[in-house]
Amino acid sequence: MSISHWLTRIGGGNLIKKIICSSLTLSHYQATASSSFPFLIRRNEHKAIFAFCSSTNVAFFGARRYNSTKTEGQLLSESDDEDGSTLEEKQGFDFPGGKIAYTTKLNFLPASSEKRVQCYRVLDEDGYTILSNMSELVSKELALKVYSGMVTLNTMDKFLYEAQRQGRLSFYLTTYGEEAINLGSAAALSSDDIVLGQYREAGILLWRGFTVQDFANQCFGNNDGHGKGRQMPVHYGSKSLNFVTISSPLTTQLPQAVGMAYSLKMDKKDSCVVAFFGDGSASEGDFHAGLNFAAVMDAPVVFICRNNGWAISTPVTQQFRSDGIVVKGQAYGIPSIRVDGNDALAVYDVVRSAREMAINEQRPILIEAMTYRVSHHSTSDDSTKYRSVEEIEHWKTLHSPITRLRKWIGRNGWWSNKDESKLHGEATTQVKVAIDEAEKKKMPPLRDMFTDVYDELPLNLMEQETMLRETIQKHPKDFPNNMPL
Amino acid sequence: MATNLRKFNRFGSILTNHSNSLRRFSSPAASSGVLASADGQLLQSSKSINLYTAINQALHIALDSDPRSYIFGEDVGFGGVFRCTTGLADQFGKHRVFNTPLCEQGIVGFAIGLAAMGNRAIAEIQFADYIFPAFDQIVNEAAKFRYRSGNEFNCGGLTIRAPYGAVGHGALYHSQSPEAFFCHVPGLKVVIPRSPKEAKGLLLASIRDPNPVVFFEPKGLYRLAVEEVPEGDYTLPLSEAEVIREGSDITLVGWGAQLTTMEQACVDAEKEGISCELIDLKTLLPWDKETVEASVRKTGRLLISHEAPVTGGFGAEISASIVERCFLRLEAPVARVCGLDTPFPHVFEPFYMPTKNKILDAIKETVNF
Repeated sequence: MSISHWLTRIGGGNLIKKIICSSLTLSHYQATASSSFPFLIRRNEHKAIFAFCSSTNVAFFGARRYNSTKTEGQLLSESDDEDGSTLEEKQGFDFPGGKIAYTTKLNFLPASSEKRVQCYRVLDEDGYTILSNMSELVSKELALKVYSGMVTLNTMDKFLYEAQRQGRLSFYLTTYGEEAINLGSAAALSSDDIVLGQYREAGILLWRGFTVQDFANQCFGNNDGHGKGRQMPVHYGSKSLNFVTISSPLTTQLPQAVGMAYSLKMDKKDSCVVAFFGDGSASEGDFHAGLNFAAVMDAPVVFICRNNGWAISTPVTQQFRSDGIVVKGQAYGIPSIRVDGNDALAVYDVVRSAREMAINEQRPILIEAMTYRVSHHSTSDDSTKYRSVEEIEHWKTLHSPITRLRKWIGRNGWWSNKDESKLHGEATTQVKVAIDEAEKKKMPPLRDMFTDVYDELPLNLMEQETMLRETIQKHPKDFPNNMPL
Repeated sequence: MATNLRKFNRFGSILTNHSNSLRRFSSPAASSGVLASADGQLLQSSKSINLYTAINQALHIALDSDPRSYIFGEDVGFGGVFRCTTGLADQFGKHRVFNTPLCEQGIVGFAIGLAAMGNRAIAEIQFADYIFPAFDQIVNEAAKFRYRSGNEFNCGGLTIRAPYGAVGHGALYHSQSPEAFFCHVPGLKVVIPRSPKEAKGLLLASIRDPNPVVFFEPKGLYRLAVEEVPEGDYTLPLSEAEVIREGSDITLVGWGAQLTTMEQACVDAEKEGISCELIDLKTLLPWDKETVEASVRKTGRLLISHEAPVTGGFGAEISASIVERCFLRLEAPVARVCGLDTPFPHVFEPFYMPTKNKILDAIKETVNF
C-alpha cells in the first residue's frame, strides 16, 4: 500500500504526528504502525521518530530524546563519513510531503533572522530616485495620474471628515498617509483584476473611475449610492469596477479572495485577485485560512498588507512577535516582499511584478507595505489618547507620500506650482459640490430595507413590511421624514 | 477543530451498528405531483437506495448539469468520510472535486468567493459540530453578501452541506443539531431532509437556489434510511412544508431524522385512538408557517420535536408564531419534546434524546389537557 493511500485512509498527516508523538516506546510504535509504515523500520528508526517529533513535541519527549541523541553521536563517531553523516542521512528521507535530510546537530530554527527583512524603495525621503531607470518605468502621464489621484483622495478625505465633524455624516474614515499604497497599487493593476479591500482603499476605486460624487452618495446613504443606504459610510463597492463591496468584519475577505482567484484560474483568465488587509487583521484566523488556501490551491491572488503600525490603539508591538507580516509568507510557501508603502513608485513597481508573477506562475504573492496611519482610526477615534502628537506630525511631514512624489515629478519637470494649485482648486470644488449634491439627493425607498435579503421577498418579510407601514401611519413622528415610503 | 475520531472514515461504518429501528418513509411527495424532473417528465425510473447514495446522486447531477459547479471540503477527494462524494473526483476531475486544508472558515470563505464569481460552490463541512469556525463567514459574510452590496454582488450559488444529529455514540462533538443558530440569520436558507428521496430533491433545489443555503444531512440515516429514489434529475420546492401523515387531534412538527421517531409515536398514539397529523418542515428558514397554521387550525393542538436543546431551539420560534396566529383555536399549551439543555452526552444519549415514548406521553397530555 502506498504511503499516500495509507495517509488517505487514516485521514492525513496530523494524525500521523499524533500517533507517532504519543507513542511512548519504540516497541509500541512498531507494534501499532510497522505493518503500514514499512519505510521507518530501518537501522536508524529511532532517530527518524525523534526527528519527526522534535519540532512538535520537544517537551513531551525531553529525556528520551537527549538519550537518543547521545547514542546517535556514538554511533556516528564510528562512521567514516567526514561530517559524520551516513549516505542515507545526506540523501534524506521520504516523509509524507517530500524528502527531508537528517542532521546530527541539535539546532532549533531561530525565532527570526538576525537582520530584519529589508524594505524595497526607489524614491528617498526627498523624492530623489535611487534607481536611475524609474523615469523609463513610470511615464509622465502615469506619474501625474497617480499624483492627482493621491491629492484628490486626500482632499476628499479632508472634506468628508469635516462633514462628519459638522454632523452631516454619521461616520468617516480617512486614508491619510496611505495614499501611495492606494494609488501606486491601483496603477499597477488591470481593471479586470478583482479587488477586495479592507476599508482604507478608496484610492483604488477612485483610480478605476468611482467618482467623488459616487463616494459622497455612499457616505450619505442616498438613493444614488451603491449599496442602497444599508451600510455605514466608506463601505464602498462596485460590480462594474471589479471592487467587491467592503464589509466591516476584518480579514474575511482573504479566504474569499482565494475562492475568486480559483474561479479566474479555472476560467484561464489573464487577471488576478488583490486582497488588502492591515497589520492587525493579520492576527485573525482568516489570515491563516486565506494564505494557506491560496498556497495549496495555487491561486493567482496578491495579498497586500498595509502595515500602518496601528490597529485602532494597538501598536504592532502588541500585535505580533514576528518581523512584521512579510516573514509569514514563507511559512505558507508564498513568495513575499516588503516595500516602502510611502513610496508610490516602489509600490507600483512591486505590485506590478507581483501581479505578473501571480498570473504567469499561477500562485499567490504576499506584499507588506510599510507605512503609518497618519489619521485617527476613524471619526470615532482620537488617536492622541494613545500616541503622541509629535509622532503623528513626524510621519505627516517627513514621510508624506504625497510630498515625496510631488518632489520627484517636480524635479522631472513634469509639475509646476501652477499645476499644483490648479489641482488643489479643482479637487476642492469637485468634493464640495459632490457633498452638497449628495446631501440633497433622495433617500432610498423604504422597500429597499426588505429587498435583497434574498433574491425574492419571502412571506415573513412581506408581512413585516405591511406591519411596519401600518405603524408608520399610526406614528409618523417616530420615523425620519426624509425617507420615501 | 479536528479530533482523531472524525478523521476515521471508519466512523461512517460505525453508523450501521446504530440500533434505532427505522421505518421506511413512503414519501407522498412523489404521488402528489411535487416531483418534477428537469426535462419535464413526471415519471422516472427509480431505485431503492440509501440516503448517502441519494446525496451522491444529487452531487453527481449537480456537477454534470452545470460545468461551473464545484465540490470541496475536508477529505472530499477520496469520497468523503461518509462516502457522499464517492467517484465524483474520478469522473469530474480533481479541479472540480477536491480536498481542502483542514480549516472550516477557509472552506466557507473560499466557497463564498467562488460563488460570488457566478459558480455553484458546494462546500462540505465534515460534521455540523465543526461548523462554528466558519460561523463568521456564514453569518456576517454569506448571509449579507447580496444585501450589503445593494444586489451588485451575491453568493447565491453557495451551498454548505454538513452531517448533523445523533448516531448513538457520537457524544458532544459528533451529534449536535446546530440548525437554530442559522435560523436566526436573515439571508440564509436552512434545509434538512428526512429521507433519501427528499435529500436528493432538496439538495438539488438548494444547490440551484440563488441564495446561500445551509443543508444539514441526518447522518444517522445515511445508511439506514432506504427508499425508492428517482434516478434522474429532479428538485423539491424549498420553503414548503409537507403533511406526511394526516390526522385530526394534534399536529406534530419536526424535520430530519426526528420525523422517524415522531412517526412511531403517531402510530402508537393511533392505537390509543389519537389521530396525529405529522408535518415535515423541510426548510426551516424561511419556513412555511401557513401549512403549520392550517394544520393547527384543524387539530387545535401542536407538538414540536427536535434533537437540539429545547431552550432557544427552533421549536420555540414555531411555538411562538403559532400561538400568535392560533391563540383562540388552541385547546392546549404547545408541547415541545426536544433534546435537554445539556451538551450532547455520550453514555447518557438514550436519556438525552426526545424518544418515542417522551413524544407519546406529550401527545396524550396535550390531547387530554
